[in-house]
Amino acid sequence: MDWVNDVIQGILTGGLYALFACGLSLMFGVMKVVNLAHGDLAVIGGYVALAVITITHIPVLWSFVIVVPIMAGFGYVLQRTLIQAALDRGVLTTLIVTFGLSVVIENALLQFVNANSHSLGTGNSIITSSFSIGSQIQIAYLLLLIFVVAVVVLLSLQYFLSASKYGRMIRAVADDKEAAQLSGIDYRHVFGIAAAIAFGTVALAGIGYGMYSQFSPTTGTDTILLFAFAAVVIGGLGSLWGTLVGGVVLGVAQEIGSQINQSDQLLAGYIVFLVVLVIRPQGLTTRRAQS
Amino acid sequence: MSVVTETTARSEENYRVTRSRRNVAWTWIGALVVVVVLALFPYIVYSGTTTIMVQAFIVLTLASMWNLMAGYAGLVSVGQQAFVGLGAYFVLLLALHGLSPFGGLPVAAIGCGVAAVPLWWLVSRLRSGYFAIATWVLATTVMLFIEKFPSLGSGTGMPLPGLSGYSPTLLVAYTYWIGLAVTVLALGTVYLLLRGRLGLVLTAIRDDEGAARSSGARVGLARMLVFVIAAIGCGAAGGVLAISQLIVQPSAVFSVQWTAEMAFAVIIGGLGTIEGPILGTAVYIILQQTLASYNAWYLIILGLVAIVIALFARRGLWGLVDEHLHVRLFPVGYWLWAPGSNGRRGLRLRLRLRRGERHS
Repeated sequence: MDWVNDVIQGILTGGLYALFACGLSLMFGVMKVVNLAHGDLAVIGGYVALAVITITHIPVLWSFVIVVPIMAGFGYVLQRTLIQAALDRGVLTTLIVTFGLSVVIENALLQFVNANSHSLGTGNSIITSSFSIGSQIQIAYLLLLIFVVAVVVLLSLQYFLSASKYGRMIRAVADDKEAAQLSGIDYRHVFGIAAAIAFGTVALAGIGYGMYSQFSPTTGTDTILLFAFAAVVIGGLGSLWGTLVGGVVLGVAQEIGSQINQSDQLLAGYIVFLVVLVIRPQGLTTRRAQS
Repeated sequence: MSVVTETTARSEENYRVTRSRRNVAWTWIGALVVVVVLALFPYIVYSGTTTIMVQAFIVLTLASMWNLMAGYAGLVSVGQQAFVGLGAYFVLLLALHGLSPFGGLPVAAIGCGVAAVPLWWLVSRLRSGYFAIATWVLATTVMLFIEKFPSLGSGTGMPLPGLSGYSPTLLVAYTYWIGLAVTVLALGTVYLLLRGRLGLVLTAIRDDEGAARSSGARVGLARMLVFVIAAIGCGAAGGVLAISQLIVQPSAVFSVQWTAEMAFAVIIGGLGTIEGPILGTAVYIILQQTLASYNAWYLIILGLVAIVIALFARRGLWGLVDEHLHVRLFPVGYWLWAPGSNGRRGLRLRLRLRRGERHS
């Protein structure tokens, strides 16, 4: 029964990882930007939520109503200025700029906030309580909620991309931005919208992570970026549902790893990542190799 | 390459092609003088200065390696700390078995090169941005793996044995000399590599990978070679780090901060030039020493400066120097002398320039 419990816990945590990963995947899919500051943005989301909750006394579960638009706006502005400027100059510059951004964000948080760990919504009964199935399996309401949110986000993103006007524009720009430009689409604006969506989802993930665990300035690079990336690669580059599969596989691997040895949780996840890289470099869900 | 052959064919029209505008012998003599003066430093300056210099040597070695990867082979790695850590741990492992850390350092560096081969096999499956994060994941995985060995101090690390026999003054001097030796070797290797066939292949790949491939350049092999050489260099720097710190801690030697420092030094100094990392390291050390009392500030400023330079002065500080003075300390390109020119108005072949960036 322990194993069943691990798998269930892993699947649910996988939802959180997928939520982290879908922004990374979207930005790569549309703009070909690998955002090395992605994890730090989730941490910023956590800190913004902390500030919003302290100032407005809004319930933690509803903090996303304020935090997600703030981060989405930030994403649009950052994409239209810094990231677009880097993109115009090439892949190498984009990597350097986002890596620089990551280091700057992390150290600015260390300098201006502090190195302490924070968490959101401690003492909130919905967040801390759980229900049990049988005698062995305990499911935290929070994890279930995060998983449901992840699935809803991925579903609506899928629907948005395939059915809405802006979704069509995003797909057109992702396919060929010059051709889209010729058809009258301002690809920079579309890039901005895609970045806003990515930043919104990562803010959501940051809030979820803040309730589920603790975050500090270094969490973004130590944990979140690498988990998100592992989920993307395991699932298959550029596939939205792949990120959910990848997140779930990573989560299950970590839970099983921690069952074998408490300290092996992270190592187990990364070993699965490396095995997938060796056996199926194109990821578990995609058929064709993508470079 | 085609440009060079074309100009040699026309050499009877009094065109000449040389490596540098100046006599190369002067460069060698200058380099020799600098190295000799640096080698005498422990006799001249206080030990505080040599300690800072050792730090500079470590950063310069790392920066030269990162420059070779990113500036010439197009490999942006964010996981070079894997090899810094492995180098430090190999030195520790050898020292635990009775080998002096100074003697163990070359072995450790070679060990890093050997370890780099299977690691390359893993990460080479991904490209550009994904390659970058994959190297990062790999570095973390290597750290987590090494932390599983209680004999190597698990997650807390352990002091480096085998150095208690040296007097403090002598130890500082020895550390300085080995740091200097590693740096000189690293710079020399990069210079000679880029002058040779590998340099040509790398330039061809950078300008047009498909064309290079179809002309018979072995792209994968060249990239792997660069990855392995960079691993050896970073491993040696990690060994120097272990000796200078006298302790090996996983979270310190495997910190992504090493990659941040080497990358920023390269970007600030000038990507794709051998001189750039030297200038960048100098800027880095000056910033770090000035802002040392303000905790995280130096990394914030370093990051911001690197972003600004990456966006607005893509050839870095050395690029600015080169543009105005036409100086090359380490000429790896070629210089074309028009008939009857005195060098000042000589037409310059910017073979090493990025595509689309060719001025003059």
